[in-house]
Amino acid sequence: MTSTTPTPSATSPDTSAVVRPSGTAVVVGGNRTPFAKAGGHYAGASNLDMLTTVLDGLVARLGLAGERIGEVRAGAVLNHSKDFNLAREAVLGTTLAPTTPAVTVQRACATSIEAAWDLANKITLGQISSGIAGGADSTSDAPIVVSERLRHTLLKLNRARTVPDRLKLVGQLRPADLAPVAPNVNEPRTGLSMGEHQALTNLQWQVTREAQDAVALASHTQLARAWEDGLFDDLVTPFRGLTRDAALRADTTAEALAKLRTVFGNDHPEPTMTAGNSTPLSDGAAAVLLASPAWAAEHGLPALARVVDAEAAAVDFVHGQEGLLMGGAYAVPRLLARQGLGLDDIDLVEIHEAFAGVVVATTTAWADTTFCSEKLGLPALGTLDTDKLNVAGSSLAAGHPFAATGARIVATLATLLARRKAALIADGGSPDTPVRGLISVCAAGGQAVAMLLEA
Amino acid sequence: MPSPTLPAPLRGVTKQLNRSITQALGLTEAVTLRRTDPTSVDAPLTAGPVLVIGQGEDADAVAHHLHDAHLDVRRNLAAPTQQRWGAVVVVLTDLDAPGEEAERVLALGATLRELARCARVVTISRAVGEGDAPATAAARAGVSGLVRSLGKELRQGATANGIELAAGVAVTDPAALGTLRFLLSARSAFVDGQLLPVTGPGRAPADWTRPLVGSVVVVTGAARGIGAETVRVLARDGAHVLGVDVPAAGEALAHVMNEVGGVALQLDITSPDAGERLLERVARGPFNGRLDVLVHNAGILRDKLLANMRPEQWEPVIAVNLAAQVAVTTAVAQAHPGLVQVSLASTSGIAGNRGQTNYGFSKAGVIGATQAWAPVLAAGGGRANAVAPGFIETEMTASIPTMQREISRRVSSLGQGGKPVDVAEAVAFLASPQAGGINGAVLRVCGQNLVGR
Repeated sequence: MTSTTPTPSATSPDTSAVVRPSGTAVVVGGNRTPFAKAGGHYAGASNLDMLTTVLDGLVARLGLAGERIGEVRAGAVLNHSKDFNLAREAVLGTTLAPTTPAVTVQRACATSIEAAWDLANKITLGQISSGIAGGADSTSDAPIVVSERLRHTLLKLNRARTVPDRLKLVGQLRPADLAPVAPNVNEPRTGLSMGEHQALTNLQWQVTREAQDAVALASHTQLARAWEDGLFDDLVTPFRGLTRDAALRADTTAEALAKLRTVFGNDHPEPTMTAGNSTPLSDGAAAVLLASPAWAAEHGLPALARVVDAEAAAVDFVHGQEGLLMGGAYAVPRLLARQGLGLDDIDLVEIHEAFAGVVVATTTAWADTTFCSEKLGLPALGTLDTDKLNVAGSSLAAGHPFAATGARIVATLATLLARRKAALIADGGSPDTPVRGLISVCAAGGQAVAMLLEA
Repeated sequence: MPSPTLPAPLRGVTKQLNRSITQALGLTEAVTLRRTDPTSVDAPLTAGPVLVIGQGEDADAVAHHLHDAHLDVRRNLAAPTQQRWGAVVVVLTDLDAPGEEAERVLALGATLRELARCARVVTISRAVGEGDAPATAAARAGVSGLVRSLGKELRQGATANGIELAAGVAVTDPAALGTLRFLLSARSAFVDGQLLPVTGPGRAPADWTRPLVGSVVVVTGAARGIGAETVRVLARDGAHVLGVDVPAAGEALAHVMNEVGGVALQLDITSPDAGERLLERVARGPFNGRLDVLVHNAGILRDKLLANMRPEQWEPVIAVNLAAQVAVTTAVAQAHPGLVQVSLASTSGIAGNRGQTNYGFSKAGVIGATQAWAPVLAAGGGRANAVAPGFIETEMTASIPTMQREISRRVSSLGQGGKPVDVAEAVAFLASPQAGGINGAVLRVCGQNLVGR
């Protein structure tokens, strides 16, 4: 009662009570489309088209035609009501065995990392031995709905029995009710766009324009290099004539980024957020295959990296207690604490670049003793070495089809970790030395998912 | 064949024009060739009864084998009632001097008016060997002139081809019989006027209709055209296929490979580590380290008259069509010394073609490399052969100007262009165990194009 320090059990996980099944889930391979700009190459493609295509690309890469997979778990953020069974419909359109079960999931921008996490757990429990996590999103083919008044009237019309009743209902409609309602991804409870939310977070964490532009520049430079190095030869299959990510500007410079006008937080003093340091609206899909090591071995496929653990966080952004996209500042320290690891134990870090400000604010929070102590009851993680961060680029340069991003990152990071491990062993290193990678994906609604992989 | 890009009313006009040109020049009227029905492969093998001309052990052995293969084999020269000959096999292995062929050749001649549509004439003779007496060599060499001339006389999709057995190879060896089966079947629809040298015994497959069951085949340039069709035919014949194409062609590649339950590898074969990456993928499932056949199909065109040729037109053609093949095989053959290699050459590499000095260099180079690889791979139990397509209807040839394209089709004995599947069939045959006795050869699939040999 006299103690003023927060009790760790209230905020941080209790490692002593965790009993885990002994199974293991590994990342085997991945596939994605190049990501297109909204209204670009994939303007005529639906979520179902893209998800089907990306699954088929994975099948072709790994030789899985006719194979029954334990579960396909996938989703979209911008959902059409006709796609109520998106994942299963996609499976039926592929060359996978039609006996492959599928589940449609959604956790905003963390949809496919959530799906990967779920599958890893089922594999670890021995319930399934293989699973494909995926996501597709089209901002070009977004659902357009009718106004609430029109919708209610149409429903009543359907129930009305007599002509006069029907005429009466139609007579109640006003011209304004007929206007279509375009979707938006503004936060329903605050009415603010994600960009405006991030502008607030940037103010709070004093994130500068220079710091954000540096993140954006690194993203483009590193993604371009990864393409040149052929990293994506085994991770991407072209779609509809697009062979590389459309948002990528390999030749962008700090000067070019510094010239862009600001687009969010323009009512704040010294706004900092531009189209260059915010992700573009994108279309695309991604998928990643997870399996038990035994399944991978039976199929002669590689175990790129093991899924060690994952953690989700949600923050109270509605009452202004925390920034909307700051979930990663909570999920990651809690995950590392549970695993007894620090940032120094991590070789590669992937932070989804919803906005460059998310990366800067999240890593600043990890290093902030007061934040970590007061909000998490944990010691600060320390400063992240930026050489470990998003080494093959991330969403600012690649684009961000909401539900696809998690699977993109899991597959890319697992591939990078496997290569590092192979290089380590080739240099005479011990095969027992772990090569670890950490992922943080923020999502709408103040959520985030963090995941730890190890090769 | 009328161009599909022409508006419908004009197609009739083109057709009539073609017919007039054909008649005026004494060219062959094109008929729809008999090709393999994937739902009924090699059944029936021929378009009608098979006549075996010749006396003696070899002719008897050939007739017996064909009979065992459930063919309607006849030894009697009288035309079959209410039927036409599906094939005529002339056994000439015993020729020792000019003149000895006369009776059999004239007997063949008497059957020609009774041939079925897309019938086959196949000669089986001995290749000219070192130390042959001049009279023997003369008679043996004469057969090739007979076959090539006869090919130009046959009509209605019928073809004439020959098998030249080296000393020590029996007509009953799997390679001799396998080559005969290929030439008799619908698989050789666009092979005409060719003499295939058989220099070794080969191995009979467990199932003649699926001779590649269990084998792993790598095909480069697999995303479209001849490559994609090759993948389909190899899979039809039982092979596990790893299809390779440049990353930019990945979408089409994935589609083709899923169609046959194969695997897609996005790889630029000109990259320095291409061989290594290919081996890495083969080491994994579902291949698990097995690699039997490598088909070098990837090729590009950058046509220009030499006077206007720039490095960006010369260099990539040589790099993709020739240098990459040599580099990849060098890497792969070390790990798989019994490799069976089939490379795509071209009639442009044999006869040359205006505007194709770069392509011609690369394809003639492929033939040179094939002949050099042949003994190297044979030492490990493998072999190297090439297929030289003539005019084939593909996306690539669709870009040739209409008139030139029409002439290219017409100047073959079959009076038409071939289809990608015709090339694919030849590749699949050379990949099969029964072709084990063919090494260092160039098989033309050109409908007996007038150019070159």
